[in-house]
Amino acid sequence: MTATTKGSATVTLPADNQILITREFNAPARLVWKAYTTPELIRRWWAGQRGTVTSVEVDLRVGGRWRYVMTANPGFEVAFHGEYREIQEPVRLVNTEAFEGIPDPDGNAALVTMTLTEKDGRTAMEMLVEHRDQEGRDAHVNSGMEGGMQEAMDALEELAASLA
Amino acid sequence: MARAATTTDAFNAVAEPRRRQILDLLRARERPVNELVELLGLAQPQVSKHLRVLREVDLVHVRDEGRHRMYRLNPGPLQPIHDWLGAYEQLWNERFDLMDDVLDDLGKAETDDDGDD
Repeated sequence: MTATTKGSATVTLPADNQILITREFNAPARLVWKAYTTPELIRRWWAGQRGTVTSVEVDLRVGGRWRYVMTANPGFEVAFHGEYREIQEPVRLVNTEAFEGIPDPDGNAALVTMTLTEKDGRTAMEMLVEHRDQEGRDAHVNSGMEGGMQEAMDALEELAASLA
Repeated sequence: MARAATTTDAFNAVAEPRRRQILDLLRARERPVNELVELLGLAQPQVSKHLRVLREVDLVHVRDEGRHRMYRLNPGPLQPIHDWLGAYEQLWNERFDLMDDVLDDLGKAETDDDGDD
């Protein structure tokens, strides 16, 4: 009954340079790992409802690189890439993540630690995204977002300007 | 204060857990600082420092009532944070909901393959 997990992701900000994403899946960890790391499977989920994944490259070894590209609605391309730092199938994956839509993507790369904890055939995923600083985090969250997201960021900019 | 204060906006201000606690306490009603000190179990200077940060980003308003300064929550600046998180969460929900479908297929494929092991 995967329906029970629909829409149950949570996002929190444990520190001002961190984003924590959690979700439970009605599947064993080895399958979640497979869905998370296999190119043809990543293609099926990574764009969400926002567009189409146009390219997925995965070289799943320590020091290996990855790159995902998606096209969002108005022919708008969004690309991320990074390097695998730690691989413990199927419980822990650590990689860098750089958004190609900002200046100096690699200098502003985040470190993503994804852990899977299986219990009774279900798996809890935690993704901790650590940025060098708060600006990096905000830039990240603003990436690949449209519509409401952009409005929210505009509102935030106005807020920040009003505080300056 | 050896380090320069880096708190420039509401995002930053609420990244600190104690300040989130203060906002929670003020959500119920306005309170004087001594009440916050008591409820938080922190020293008054610490509480005052957090309140100053929260006032700087307009999340807390203050008014004088006799000899007391009463602090109250001003939730307006939290709205963009709420929206921002909500939008990000929505993206991950879309992704994970699609991942559920992938997992369904993988599970079915395994079941079909069971006889082959």
